[in-house]
Amino acid sequence: MMVLSLVPRQGVSRVREIVTPLVAFVVALVIAALVLLAMGKSLKTAADVYVVEPLTTAWSLQEVILKATPLTLIAIGLIFAVRANRWNIGAEGQYVVGGMFGGWVAIAAHGMEGVWILPAMLIAGMAGGLVYGLIPAALRNRFGISEILSSLMLVYVAELALDYLVRGPWRDRTAFNFPKSVNFDAAATLGPLWEGGKLHGGVLLALLAVLGAVVLLGRSRFGFAVSATGEAPRAANFAGFNDHRLTLAVFAISGALAGLAGIIEVSANMGQLQPSISQGYGFTAIIVAFLGRLNPVGALVSALVLAILLIGSETAQIMLKLPFDMTRAFMGLLLLCILAGEALTRYKVRWNA
Amino acid sequence: MRSAPPLIRCQGLSKTFGTLKANDSVDLLVESGEIHALLGENGAGKSTFVKMLYGLLKPDAGTISWLGKAVTLADPDAARALGIGMVFQHFSLFDDLTVLENIAIGTAGARADQAFAARVSALAREYGLELDLQRPVWTLSAGERQRIEIARCLLQEPRLIVLDEPTSVLTPQEAENLFASLLRLQAKGAGILFISHKLEEVRRICTAATILRGGKVVARTDPRKESARSLAALMVGEGVADVRPPSTLETGRDLLAVRGLSVSPEIAHGIPLRGIDLTVRAGEVVAIAGVAGNGQSEFFAALTGEGGLIQSGTVSIDGEDVTRRPIGMRRRLGAAFVPEGRLGHATLPQRTLSENIMLSWHETEDVGGFFLSLDKLRQAARKIITRFDVRGPNADPRAAQLSGGNLQKYIVGREIERNPRLIVVDQPTWGVDARAASLIRQTLVDLAGQGAAVLVITQDLDEAFEMSDRIAVICAGRMHPPVPTRMTNREAIGLLMTTAHGEAA
Repeated sequence: MMVLSLVPRQGVSRVREIVTPLVAFVVALVIAALVLLAMGKSLKTAADVYVVEPLTTAWSLQEVILKATPLTLIAIGLIFAVRANRWNIGAEGQYVVGGMFGGWVAIAAHGMEGVWILPAMLIAGMAGGLVYGLIPAALRNRFGISEILSSLMLVYVAELALDYLVRGPWRDRTAFNFPKSVNFDAAATLGPLWEGGKLHGGVLLALLAVLGAVVLLGRSRFGFAVSATGEAPRAANFAGFNDHRLTLAVFAISGALAGLAGIIEVSANMGQLQPSISQGYGFTAIIVAFLGRLNPVGALVSALVLAILLIGSETAQIMLKLPFDMTRAFMGLLLLCILAGEALTRYKVRWNA
Repeated sequence: MRSAPPLIRCQGLSKTFGTLKANDSVDLLVESGEIHALLGENGAGKSTFVKMLYGLLKPDAGTISWLGKAVTLADPDAARALGIGMVFQHFSLFDDLTVLENIAIGTAGARADQAFAARVSALAREYGLELDLQRPVWTLSAGERQRIEIARCLLQEPRLIVLDEPTSVLTPQEAENLFASLLRLQAKGAGILFISHKLEEVRRICTAATILRGGKVVARTDPRKESARSLAALMVGEGVADVRPPSTLETGRDLLAVRGLSVSPEIAHGIPLRGIDLTVRAGEVVAIAGVAGNGQSEFFAALTGEGGLIQSGTVSIDGEDVTRRPIGMRRRLGAAFVPEGRLGHATLPQRTLSENIMLSWHETEDVGGFFLSLDKLRQAARKIITRFDVRGPNADPRAAQLSGGNLQKYIVGREIERNPRLIVVDQPTWGVDARAASLIRQTLVDLAGQGAAVLVITQDLDEAFEMSDRIAVICAGRMHPPVPTRMTNREAIGLLMTTAHGEAA
């Protein structure tokens, strides 16, 4: 019987470590190109749509950065959780609750003026995501319930809660029965950083999150405890890092950042609460975190790459008649290639007869 | 007339890794009906050699002939087909499967059914291996796992059996059973290649020995005509120091006091501890002897605070009740701990030695504030590396890059460097070569000489006798109270190792 087996390599060279993700990226492109060819699409148009256009106009470059902002924020939080080997699959729900809590402040402050409104919204958004993130953590600590399932289930709870609120108690009475809240005042809107531009303060917050994560994960005691817990739980226990507190902490961080992403999107891009406020950012961010190899700067780069894909997909739906699901498939393909590449840097494949 | 060809003859076997000549033209010959010892320090090239014999590594040069015919061993299947069986020092077992299932997986054409269970039981009885066939492997200690490997190998009825340190986890009685079985196999005409650090047993049962140093054969000898010291000298190339006897300093106050401790295990098949009493005083070394899997891991976890559900009783460190206190609090009271598992328990395998300082230092030593001071960690690591002669591939290697002996020196050194008043060490020298083992033991004895309390949990009776002032024995989760070491002997302790305290023998 032929058996395919993975044999660990003796050592991994630096060159190989750097070249592999690039090769994986190229392989993913080639496969995607073959799929497009098989579907009878023009590769030239596809390249235009997915790569050239998003990167060549000031307008679309800003769009790319805006799309990358929530992805980066959420992915940074997820990096903390995954490094500690805690699986927060429910960032989407924490994002929604963040938008909900922050949006509530905007609705409550409707008609008021004041510089406090926007910060209060952001803080409320973070608090909402944080508390919502703590639920699966507490369930895991107290009852040993898998955080993977509970965090995922809570996504639907959050989505339906928001749906109820904007159709019921928070509905704008003047909006002819449309399920939406009042339009936020200017004081509750994250405006552009400069006149005529599109980038808002959320972009800076995302960069701040990246910086914070680099510092915290790289140099701090807490970062060490997080990684140690993920790498070898017995060793972390031997060190005396409190497993339960750590679970709460990483869920608090990822929940808060997802919540922040939620309220930033609601405030800056929508200006109101509506039944659906996400395009699956919470799930896409999982891909972002892994594409970035659980490294904060890597996550920033991969958030930009996926943002380009997402922007491209909007045009692709029109120009190439490609369904949005195709773009999702491309993202999965990219992740698969990167992960396979990573496995092949550390192992070689061998056929045993 | 030519005599029968030898079972296996290796000529000029060489293997190079990068710049390291792991094996340099090694010749070795095992006759049928011979128990042949392969001796050498860790890193001398024994494992490399044995892996080539078993088809796991391809020699760069040299030939292997089996019963006079040149053979190429492409993989372990080829080796097994010839009749070469192997018991590894590191286990290749599936944690989630039972003992029986693991044995069945390693045996061609076997299924873990009743008939197979009966066959394995019979074999285990014949060779004196105690095995609970239905237990999942992840609940077993190192010693119990080793027995599975031995049984798995013997089931194939090999003509050449390679045993890599088979007795390091057996009681004297169990070792005697194993030796009896080896002699039976020998009488049936099997050849045995026996790797051990226990030179006394090598002298007793082996009829020939090949000694490796730095990848080369440095001597061939009849171990029956050597002393343990002279064998050790051949391995090391210079004299091996005996561990100096423990100091006769008056022992001081109770630094560790365990009173009526009963603990139920957190995992299924763990060993419950029942009514354990033990005191370790300043200035003394107490050893806890016992066969693997009799509650040692559970007891260690209760002392560190790492796990187990305390039912009753107390653990006190320097007079302070710490029964329900976390490990960091215990360290602050002056305690230090060395677990049995070197990788993944005592260290993070993929982290550097300096980063690994953090694990046991962060509560009590200066390793920086909110941000870690890499400088301080590196300095601490460098000090330990120098003081305990830790050898690695570079100045600050990852833990997984060190050999077992060097990593153990580092782990023990990391705790000693904290100047603990109490140190608890689980299996201080398991799988560690003679020179490193003697250094580790000496260090611990010296620490007691300076007034610390030292508790050593060990399956190696020689070690227990060599180091300790008092010996206690753990069996089936109960503890035989410690007796002064010089007032007892191996046989008496060996007997206690198979009798639970408070039950009839």
